This record gives sequence, C-alpha cells and structure tokens, in this order.
Amino acid sequence: MNKPEPRTYVIAAVIVIVSVILLVRLFFLQVLSDEYEVSALNNSQRHIIQYPPRGIIYDRDSIILVSNKAGYDLMVIPQQVKIIDSLRLANALGIDKESFRERLAEASFYSRFQPSIFYKMLSAEEYAGIQEILYDYEGFYVQPRVMRQYADEVGAHFMGDIGEVNDNVIAADAYYRMGDYAGVNGIEKYYEKSLRGKKGVKIFLVDAHNRIKESYKDGKFDTLPEAGKSLVSSIDIDLQEYGERLFVNKIGGLVAIEPETGEILALVSSPGYDPNLLVGRNRGYFYDSLLNAPNKPLFNRAINSAYPPGSTFKVVQAVIGLDENLISTSTSIPCNKYWVNCHNHPPATSVTKAVQFSCNPYFYEVFRRMVQRGYEKSIFRDSPIGLDMWKEKVVLFGFDQSLDIGLPSVSSGQIPGSDYYDALYGQYRWAFSTIYSLSIGQGEILATPLQLAHFAAIIANHGYYYTPHVVKSVGEEGKEAKYRKKYILPFKSEVYPPIVEGMKNAVNAPHGTAGLARVKDVTVCGKTGTAQNPHGEDHSIFMAFAPMENPKIAIAVYVENAGYGGTWAAPIAGLMIEKYLTDTITNKWGEERILNANLIPETADEKED
Amino acid sequence: MRKRINILKQIDWFTIGVFLMLAVIGWLSIFSSSWEGIGDSMFEPGSRQMKQAVWVGLSFLMIILVFLIDSKFFSAFAYVLYGLVILSLVAVLVFGKEVNGARSWFELGNFRFQPAEFAKIFTSLALAQLLTSFQFDLKKIKHLLWAFVIILIPVAMIILQNDTGSALVFFALVIVLYREGMKSTYLFIALAAVLLFVLSVLISPGWVLAGSAFVLLALYWLNEHDNKGFFVALIVATGIVVVLFLLKQREILNLGFGWIVTIAVLVTLLSLLPGMLRARRNTALVLSAILLGTFVYINTLDYVYYNVLQSHQRDRIEHTLGLKDDPLGIGYNVNQSKIAIGSGGFSGKGFLQGTQTKFDFVPEQSTDFIFCTIGEEFGFLGAGLVVLLFATLLVRLIMLAERQRSKFSRVYGYAVVSILFFHITINIGMTIGLMPVIGIPLPFFSYGGSSFMAFTLFLFIFLRLDANRLEIFR
Repeated sequence: MNKPEPRTYVIAAVIVIVSVILLVRLFFLQVLSDEYEVSALNNSQRHIIQYPPRGIIYDRDSIILVSNKAGYDLMVIPQQVKIIDSLRLANALGIDKESFRERLAEASFYSRFQPSIFYKMLSAEEYAGIQEILYDYEGFYVQPRVMRQYADEVGAHFMGDIGEVNDNVIAADAYYRMGDYAGVNGIEKYYEKSLRGKKGVKIFLVDAHNRIKESYKDGKFDTLPEAGKSLVSSIDIDLQEYGERLFVNKIGGLVAIEPETGEILALVSSPGYDPNLLVGRNRGYFYDSLLNAPNKPLFNRAINSAYPPGSTFKVVQAVIGLDENLISTSTSIPCNKYWVNCHNHPPATSVTKAVQFSCNPYFYEVFRRMVQRGYEKSIFRDSPIGLDMWKEKVVLFGFDQSLDIGLPSVSSGQIPGSDYYDALYGQYRWAFSTIYSLSIGQGEILATPLQLAHFAAIIANHGYYYTPHVVKSVGEEGKEAKYRKKYILPFKSEVYPPIVEGMKNAVNAPHGTAGLARVKDVTVCGKTGTAQNPHGEDHSIFMAFAPMENPKIAIAVYVENAGYGGTWAAPIAGLMIEKYLTDTITNKWGEERILNANLIPETADEKED
Repeated sequence: MRKRINILKQIDWFTIGVFLMLAVIGWLSIFSSSWEGIGDSMFEPGSRQMKQAVWVGLSFLMIILVFLIDSKFFSAFAYVLYGLVILSLVAVLVFGKEVNGARSWFELGNFRFQPAEFAKIFTSLALAQLLTSFQFDLKKIKHLLWAFVIILIPVAMIILQNDTGSALVFFALVIVLYREGMKSTYLFIALAAVLLFVLSVLISPGWVLAGSAFVLLALYWLNEHDNKGFFVALIVATGIVVVLFLLKQREILNLGFGWIVTIAVLVTLLSLLPGMLRARRNTALVLSAILLGTFVYINTLDYVYYNVLQSHQRDRIEHTLGLKDDPLGIGYNVNQSKIAIGSGGFSGKGFLQGTQTKFDFVPEQSTDFIFCTIGEEFGFLGAGLVVLLFATLLVRLIMLAERQRSKFSRVYGYAVVSILFFHITINIGMTIGLMPVIGIPLPFFSYGGSSFMAFTLFLFIFLRLDANRLEIFR
C-alpha cells in the first residue's frame, strides 16, 4: 500500500461535502418546503369551465328577441378511450365509422391527455339521444355550452350572431380560450363584454391518469359563473317585422328613429336571413352560403350602403342657406333649366315651395352662393374656401361620420371637401362648375339610410338630437351616458319651420312629390330623393318624420334599383309610419301594392320611369 | 482455470453491487418516465425502457469482454485507443447527425451512438499512460502542459460539435492532476478565477476589482506588519481615488470605477516598493502583479461574457446565480423539475404515480432530468438513497484507487472518480436548481445507450485493473 497521501483526503472530503450539500438541498426542497407541493397541485388539477348564460336581448316592449339554449360539446380524452363498439356511438351521432376514426385521430394528434372537442354543439335532443349510451364509452364526456336561440326570424342584422373565437381574438383578450364563443356581429359583437358575463371554474384533482378524483378543497376555490347582462333593445319588433315584410323581394334598407330620444325603432336590411341559421354546428356551412348568396344578405344595408342621397339633400342645403343668410324664407329663384334640368312645377317663390317642388335650379343657386363667397377673385381659389365652410356645417348632421349607434362597423358615408377635389383634379384646378351636382345631393356625396334617418330626426326636432342607438338599457344600469347626452346644432331656430312646411307640402299638397307617403289623419313631412345609379335603375330614396306637430318617428328608406323616390320608398315610409303610430293599416291598397312588388332587378317585371 | 478463479476473487464485488443497484433504479426510472398509462407494459417492444434494456445487455457483454482481455492491454494500447477516439470525434463532425443543435451522433439504424461519451474513457487511459511515463513530474510546467494537451484535444473537438456540456466534463480531470502532484497554487488560481467570475456577474466588475484591491492591501498589511506604511498607503490610495473621481465629475478624465480603484491601489503598492527593496522583500511587487493580473482577467471576462458567450448561455448562468427569475422562460425546465422533486415529499408518490413527470411538465424527463422521476415518485428517501449510493461508489473508488500498486491504475481510477463526480454533481445540482442547466447525463440513469455503455465500460476497466493489482509490482 502507498503511504497516506493528504490530497486523497481533500478529494474525498470534497465529495462528501458536495453530497451533503445535495442532500440538504433535497431535504429543504422535499421535506421542509411545501411551496413546490402546492405548485404540483396546480399542475395536476383539472379546471372545468362553467359557461355563464349569455345576456338576453329584449325589444323595447320587453319581448324576448334572443335567449339561450343549451348546447353540448362531446369531448374526448384519447388516452382514456376504451372503445367497445365504435359503430354504436357513431350511429348515435349520425356519422360514419370512418369519420369517427378521423375525429379520434385528430384529437390524439392534439394531445393524448388533454380533452379536445370530438363533436361540436349537440342540441339538447341530440344529447338526450347519446346520453344513455355514453356511459359505456370511457374517455368521452359532455361539456355544456351556451347556444343562442332567436324567438323570430327577423332582426338578424342588428342582433348579430356569435361564433367561435379565432386566434386573433384569443391573442387580444386573455378571457377567451380555444372553443369559446363571442359576438361576431351586430349587438352581439358591440355589447360582447356586457353580454358574455364571467366564466366560472370548478377545480378537480386528477390522478396520474388524468382522471377526476375529487373536488379540490371541497370547492373552496371554485368560482360561480356570472350571467351576462341583459339588454333592452330600442327596436320595436313588430315594426321591424313589418318593415322586413314590406321589403320582401326588394333590395335596400330602412332606419326608423324616435326623434326625441334617438332610439332606433327599426333597422331593416333586405335581403335578410333567418338568424337561427347561424346557430350551432352548421353555422359554418350556412355562413358560407349566405356569404356567397346573390344580393349579399349578410351586408347590413341600413348602416353600410352609402349612396348619393339625391334630392333629400336639398333639405340640408336649405338649412345652411337660411342660416348663413344666403337666402331668406321668401327668396324666389326662377327655375332656369340651363345648368340643371328640372321637372315642370309651379314657380318656387320661397324656400318652402322649393322644398315642396324639389326644384333643382333653386338649390343649384343656393349652393352656388355658398361655394362662391367672393373671398377671392379667382373662382378657382374662392370655391375651395366656400366648399370647406359648407362641409363644416354639413358634417354637423352626422354626414361623413361613423355614428356610434351600438353596432360595429357603421359606414361614415362621404362629404367631399376641398382636399377631395384637390386630390382628384389638382389644387386650384376645379371650381363650383365642377362640383355643382352636390347641390342636389348627387355626385360625390354618399349617405346611408341611418344618416338620412338621423338627419330627418334632427329636422323633426328643429335642431337637436340624441345619438341614435339600438340598445336602450344595459343590465341594471339603464341607458348608457353617451346616449343620454343632448346635442343642439348651432343653427338659428327660425330656419326650421319653413323647411318643415315644405316637407309637409311635399307629402300632403297637390303638387308635392311624395303623395304616396300620405297617412290618414297624420301629417307626414317628407322629402323624396333619387340616387343616380350608373349600374342600372336609380335607387329610390325617401326620408320623413311624423306627426309634424309632435314627431314620434323619423324614417329613411332606400329601395335599390326602384327608380324615383316618390314611387316606392315614400309609400313604404308611409306604411311604416302608420303602423308605428296607429298600429293599423288603413291604406290596404298601398300595402298590397308594396307587398306584391318584386323590385329585384334580375326578375323584375314591374319598373317605373 | 486457476487464474480465472483468482480474478473472480479479486474483483471488488462491493462496487459491482452498488453499480447494479444504480443500474436497476435507473432503468425503472426510465420505464416510469416514459410510461403513459395502465395499458403500457413494462416490456413493450420498441419502448424506451426496452431499447435501454438492449443497451444494458450489450454493456454486460462488454463487461465480460473487458475481463477476458489482458489488463496490460489498456496501458499498452492507451495512446492508440486515444488516437482512434480522436479520429472518431473528427469523423462525427463530418458524417455525424445533428440532434438538438449538436453534431455529435453517429446513426446506425435505430440506434444512435455518441463518440464523446467514449472519449472520456480513452482520454483517461492516455492521461494515465502519460503520467506513468519515466520521470514524469507534474510540478514541471512542461509536463503539466503535456497533460493539458491530452485533455484539451478532445475538448476542442467536442466544442466544435457544439456540445459544450460534454466538453466541460473533461476539466474534471484536473482533480486527477491535483492528486498526482500538480502545484496547488494552480488550483487556487483556478478557484479564484471562478470566484471572481461569479462575483463579477453577481455584483459588477468594478466592485469586484475594488474588493480585490482592498483584499490585496489587507494582505500586505498582514504580511508585513508595517502599520505606518500601510496607513500612509491607505491615505495615498484614498487621495488618488478622490482626485480621479473629481476628474471624472468634471469630465476631464472619464475613468470607470474599476480603473480608478486599480490605479489607486497600484500606485500605492508601487510607492511602497523602495522601502521594501531596502528591506529585501518583494511582497508589494507580487501583490501588484496579482492586482494587474486580476484587472486584466476581469476585463477580459467582461468582454468574453458579453461578446463571446451566446445569450442563452448567459441566461443559464444568470438564472443559476439567481439574477433572473423567469419560470416560464429559461427557468422553465428547472422550475418544473423543482416542482416535480419538491412534490415528492418525504416518501414520494409511489412508483408510476408521479403526476409531474408523467404529463410532460418536465422536459427531457428520461434523459437529463431523469432525477426528477426519482425525486417525485420516491421522495426524499429515494433521492437521498441515490445520492448516498453515488457518494458511496465514489468514496469506494477512491479507496480502490489508493490501493493500487501501479500508478497507471491509480491515475485511471481517479479519472473515473473525477468524471463521475462531475456528472453527478452537475446533473443532480441542475435538477434542484444549484447548478446551471448543462445537458450532461446522470451516469447509469439517463436514457441513452452510448451513455450507459460508456460509463459501464469506464467503470469496469478500472475494476479489471483493480482485480489485477496484485500481479503488478512497482
């Protein structure tokens, strides 16, 4: 043997010390500290999400529009699956054996231990069908979900729908998990945060095989789901239903507003669709077919179809002209058809008569005075100044604005300013003569039915408004503050009466343009319009409010490819007004005429000049 | 026949017993960590545990082979075998397969094979052969350098394979050199270097320099008992520091904190020189040299740390030193591993009952993090037993090494001890958060055939040499 070498002991000592350090550390980690034990519990818990019922949506008279029904996702944990008779379960689900295998393989591919959806959104009846046999299939269980249920087949556009969240939504909001549902359109989307409530969770302990053993700490850390808030919509569902009925076989939209509150009473877009189609398992299929259907039923024309408002826009010109003292109530302008054409009508000896007869040369002249103010000698330098002063006033009515009415993606329409024409023609290379068609609401002006209805409401109110809205009340909180705020336009109050008078005569006097909008015993004030359509027949436009003395409803109607505004849009507005104010229809002939009309271009056999 | 019986009697059955216990526990852990549920059989063909079993079987055949070979073979062919393994390390760079970013595997059908694992054995043999050479003396710098050449060649090859962890293992052989007479000064320098590195990452290079300067001044005082000189020096140093700081504030001479302190202490030490020379003492000179060396070292380190190391390597170091707490990022492995081990408690959850290691919470659970399975399923009792078994094995191997008559056998024995020790400390330390995550296997435990076979071979060559110890005379 060697003589003892001291370094041997150093080395041995180091080994012993390191071993002791490891042991001490293990002792601390495993025996003394329970920090890691708690963490391990987190790792081996299973959180079962409790989905809250989504908020219910009522109409303005507390009729349920949208409620919930239970849906069931059939979940699978592949690792636990012991299949005895796959054909039996496949048959119960109505799928073939091949599809059954594929679904199982897909779930296994995602994870052997984590649950994934095997079959989406079984209805209560379908669930009942498989419930009794599900006990024989270890590894399968059912996760209840909330599905929407619509009382009626109307109102799909403003109510919107819910759909499975995509990756972007999940990335933007930590609330959502794969497979959750959220509003994708309409009120469902805009009020998602109010409607969705709060998910609850039940925590269970799982064993090494990921099977539920027991409730974690007797449910001490479980949370109950909080139901979503109910919404009261401002929509009158009867009026809505009637509006959609009148629009059968027509393309277009209408918006009706209660002027004194800004509440939207009806919001029709045609063609529409049955909202129940977009519920449950077949949502994807129907969504695609609606997306590709002719005339775009998913497109919400009431808030998104922007067309030149035509002669309805003359009312805007009249208000601004009077306010700026460019005309007085008694200004008479000859119907000189040299610059713009006109129909034959008695002379427009006042602004009231000009509105009543819808005289083109009159408003051509009014707009000329607005645009050519004479601040600059050159009309090329003068016109931009005048146009921008004009636009500044026009946008006060909500034109060129996306109105925050409680629906997502509301179109802003368009009011061109000098920057628009500078971009189009170049600076100082355009003047009044280039843009005069704006005077009669043609050309580059675009407005939606919503904007025109809002404008009609402002005129009805003689200059004030509340921002239009589709939801009157959210949960217990009532109406949102932004819809309780009254706005008063900075125009002189005396500008409104002569214009309202003109609109009254347009409907009720012998030489008016909108006789078909008359309602028995009700003074309707209205203005027709015709949007020139380069692609086909002009669009028929009408805006109105009634009764004149104490306006309860303001309305704008667009009927696409239907020709002159007085012919189709005006009578629809009349019927809507009568329906809303009296709940009866006396003008049976007019109602029949509208209901029977088919104005969809391809199949149209009835056209007006 | 007579010789055979003789050898069997001389074999150290104690070591073999410990080895077998470790191997059995290791194999069961691999089975447990890849077990997916009741349906899985322990003898499932193609499963990890069965693949490992094949390697274990092959390793046992290898053991028999080792005992059939004449023990002189290992010393006689040490350099040849070393040369061959270096060639295979070169070959793997050319023909190897890249796994997890490291090109260190040969692939033969279903089995993969890592020559770096075997390089440890043959480097150890070559080192033993070198140290046994006639008149070889580790106290001579030249001879020490030769030893380092033997060690550093495989290190370089393995670093080229991008497998830094396996390369680091070879530095454990410094323990062998220490045992065989290398000057302990070198070891102190190495330890000081590590300490300075850790401190300068933990605190800051400037403060570490200041601290070193202060320690050196204190050393001077302790060594020289020159109170007057020391206090004068202290005042001078403080004065210089104040002046340099003022210059820094006026933005005339913008020096870093480390520079200021180093310059101050250096000037002070040098100012003590004349007095010292008169007394024929060189303490101040030596200390100045040390301080300069430290200064250069720390600044180089700072550069290397931020410019040469890759960010994930920095992250691992900083995470181990507790500077970064990021349980979902770089610290994920370690945190999950600590959770798994911690949740085992005193007696564990029972075989196959671990929840953490089952559901893929712990990554690499059957290879580098195999220790988690033991910690979770067998608790402190099981994990402690494994640590104790390893410690027992190492101490026993030291005893065996010390009883060798041949220096070759002793050196080789210490090589086995050092490398096993390094693997065990780093691997277990890593799973409980004491060491940075360096991907090296736990001997006899981690899933991986070449690792198991290499460690077995490594150990049994020594047992073979040990069984023959009585036949060799110095």
